[in-house]
Amino acid sequence: MYLDKSIKELHGLLKKKEVTSETLVKEALAKSHDVEEKYNAFVTILDDAKPTEVTEELLSGIPFGVKDNYSTKDVLSTGSSNTLNNYVPFYTATVVQNLFNKGAIMVNKTALDEFGMGGTGTTCHTGPVLNPWSKKRMCAGSSAGSACAVASGVVPYALGSDTGDSIRKPAAFCGIVGYKPTYGMLSRYGLFPFASSLDHCGVLTRSVEDAAIVVDAMKGKDIHDMTSWDSSNIHLEKALTGDVKGKKLFYIKELVDLENYPHAEKELKEHLANFQKTIELAKSLGIEVEGVSIERNLLNALPAVYVILSCAEATSNMSNLTGIIFGPRGKSDKIMEMMMEHRTKGFSPLIKRRFVIGSYILQKENQERYFKNAQRVRRLIVDEMKKLFATYDGLILPVSSGPAKYFDQNDDTIDENTSILEEHLQIGNFGGFPSITIPNGFINNLPVGVNITGNCYNDEMVLNIAYALESHMDYKGQIAREVE
Amino acid sequence: MKKQIAVIGLEMHCELKSNSKVFSSARNAYNETPNVNIAPVDMAFPGTLPVVNKKCVADALKMSMALNCTQPEYMYFDRKNYYYPDLPKGYQITQMAAPVGINGKIEIEVNEKLVPVYIHDIHLEEDAASLDHYFDTSTIDYNRAGVPLLELVTEPCLHSAEEAVAFLEHMRDVYKYCDVSEADTKKGQIRCDVNISIMDEDAKEFGTRVEVKNVNSFGGVYDAINYEIKRQSELKEQGRYAEVEQETRRWDEETMATIHMRSKVDAIDYKYFVEPNIPKYKITKEWLEELKQEIPRLHLERKYDYINNYGLSNYDATILVKEREVADYFEECVKLGITPKIAANWITTQILGYTNKYNITIKKIFLTPKRLKDLTDLINDGTISSKQAKDIFFKVLEEEKEIKEYVSSDNAQINNKEELMNIIDTIISNSPGQVEQYRAGKTNLFDYFVGQVMKNTKGKANPVLTKEILNQKLNN
Repeated sequence: MYLDKSIKELHGLLKKKEVTSETLVKEALAKSHDVEEKYNAFVTILDDAKPTEVTEELLSGIPFGVKDNYSTKDVLSTGSSNTLNNYVPFYTATVVQNLFNKGAIMVNKTALDEFGMGGTGTTCHTGPVLNPWSKKRMCAGSSAGSACAVASGVVPYALGSDTGDSIRKPAAFCGIVGYKPTYGMLSRYGLFPFASSLDHCGVLTRSVEDAAIVVDAMKGKDIHDMTSWDSSNIHLEKALTGDVKGKKLFYIKELVDLENYPHAEKELKEHLANFQKTIELAKSLGIEVEGVSIERNLLNALPAVYVILSCAEATSNMSNLTGIIFGPRGKSDKIMEMMMEHRTKGFSPLIKRRFVIGSYILQKENQERYFKNAQRVRRLIVDEMKKLFATYDGLILPVSSGPAKYFDQNDDTIDENTSILEEHLQIGNFGGFPSITIPNGFINNLPVGVNITGNCYNDEMVLNIAYALESHMDYKGQIAREVE
Repeated sequence: MKKQIAVIGLEMHCELKSNSKVFSSARNAYNETPNVNIAPVDMAFPGTLPVVNKKCVADALKMSMALNCTQPEYMYFDRKNYYYPDLPKGYQITQMAAPVGINGKIEIEVNEKLVPVYIHDIHLEEDAASLDHYFDTSTIDYNRAGVPLLELVTEPCLHSAEEAVAFLEHMRDVYKYCDVSEADTKKGQIRCDVNISIMDEDAKEFGTRVEVKNVNSFGGVYDAINYEIKRQSELKEQGRYAEVEQETRRWDEETMATIHMRSKVDAIDYKYFVEPNIPKYKITKEWLEELKQEIPRLHLERKYDYINNYGLSNYDATILVKEREVADYFEECVKLGITPKIAANWITTQILGYTNKYNITIKKIFLTPKRLKDLTDLINDGTISSKQAKDIFFKVLEEEKEIKEYVSSDNAQINNKEELMNIIDTIISNSPGQVEQYRAGKTNLFDYFVGQVMKNTKGKANPVLTKEILNQKLNN
């Protein structure tokens, strides 16, 4: 058993020839099948994955997982949707290719909420992904399969994508690290789009250091993505010094202070108390932490703004799914009917609902009221954050209102009382901010997480703060074990 | 019924020239073989992203300036969303909120009169794939998907089919002059939508507007406009103007009629919004200034210049400016010192006759303006006759040698009076009969003697001098 180790440990073993790449690949495949059986985490397991030569590259010879909404040449790439259940691309996403170029080995394609449009891990065309800590619970989503695979020790890292919180929330619920860098640091070329202005590539790992290593290997300006930028002066792994003295963090009082939740249940109380412990830890490391008040209306607008913008863009982005060029073709003599049949059969009801919302929002007579206003509020939220980032190095908040939810709890609706606590990670997508979730404790034996978000391009700082906190907690590198 | 006037607005789509497509790296070239000029993004494979071709943006901005439009501060694109099999992404990337040009104005010439045309906007977008329908099957060719298109929208300011076609021809020439498009209707590079309504001559408000879509030739535009004017006028005359509805029709080449496609109530809501994958970027003054320098002097300006300043006829000037290469050739000739009228004569008769016959461009012709100057200089200084010049012209083109090679001793014009006198004396003494007849009054025999001199000198005798000497000899 090697794959529960960190990337640097594995690299060391490979270099010393104490283990071979072949052994690692075999182990990853065997574990993939095991985890697939237990938790239904994968769309494809690449049984013919080949070991690679071990070089000076940290990632060489080491297996990894890829969310199934990344285009991978000659390997089925479904987006966990029936509309692409037979789609084998002929090109590889830039970030995946960058990992291949370092000698990394893709061993599985992980399940997700259909096209990333969900937060539960239950709307995959292959069925729901179960949480490796408790089969009764969800992983959250949409990067459910990737979170499950990494938490289970199948691979040291797996790629995810994040439009609202799709990396950072499942990471918290599975007790691991989830990081999405500043918008454009990772090329989106080859990532199946959900909402282009909010979509981020990223990674799920079991340590901040591994996250830094993987993103260092994936990043770079890409001629295929005009929103990507040159980050050659950013060295994430090297930035992990653990020295955070004098750094300043803030949290949003409205979300964190218990007095704002008069009907708080035990779980929420524990979660917020646990968060305060993390704050105390931060302070003990020499970080200044302050509670900041943000206008309640602005916070309350978060979920609506997210729904409006993401549904609108999604409706348009997924108009290419017609079954004519790729995907199962609808049966009809008439081309419009052919397209209609493909889409009617292929999409799950949840997605169709979002398309209807997106379409409605973009209608000429509704654009000003919904779409344009949502864009304006997005701008207000981002401006407010940027103002705070002028004073503070980052925002620290608890992820969600507690640990992973039960399956029967789920109907993908929002509990009004804690809704903003569940949704605030979307701020990171609105601003394209670097944002990382790390595990910070347990509630009812189930992991919970804390998130740190910083200003654009400050990825080094954000990761270093997370690294410092992680170093003083006991959750780094933890592997999931079923607790109920 | 009061006198009716037609109100016409045009939407002109023109494919731009470029190495690669407007948002993809696939080749932008006409190809008979379907589906060869394709990149993944042209077929909207999941995860592909558009990358803007800077050259296309530059050309679009140039055209915007050539039409005297206002350019936006920032360049960005919008998505136009609709489902159709020829549109792989399910949306077209176009410009809605901030086109490369708005509020332009140009003047065109219609029947030798200048007519102003107001430009609503001009914007850069991508073409769709092309569909072919057969008896029981349809085929899609993605070669055209993503080809850069400039769409120009005029205000409803034109009033006849003649004006509309004159505008289209004018614009075709502008595109060609600026070298941004081949603008070839035969290759489907220009396509038009036409908006037509009629109104009482003194009315303040426009009538009901009918849009005729996808008219693919200038002849089609002409016919479609006249068809619609007639159709709408007849309905009005019969008191049935209410039957003219705001609708989209299409022009059917076979029946020479417009046919109903959809009504206004069925109009598609394109749900425009900003394309998020292409970051906004600032159009700097410096870049615009640079691009402006690349816009050549346009044909109409040159034409009036030639007429007013060089004294050319409207006919000659029109021919000269029709193609930029020809006009440039002409101007180069004038610059080298050839008299404009003489240069114009050479170009409109000999040179264009030759280039048309052999289907080559004037740029490729061996007889450069410099060589034409050498040739005309020889005429001017009397070294050769005009007739000899024409012979040399063809020889030069055939043999591709310098002009001076043809002015050797054996083909130079004979200007030497003594030499000519000797030749003429011999001819006269050898033709006693003809001399007698001539002197007896048969004066049209004069040409016979000229002919003999030419025959004897293989056409090299200076004709003026020949006639002068013959006059002397025969009449004394």
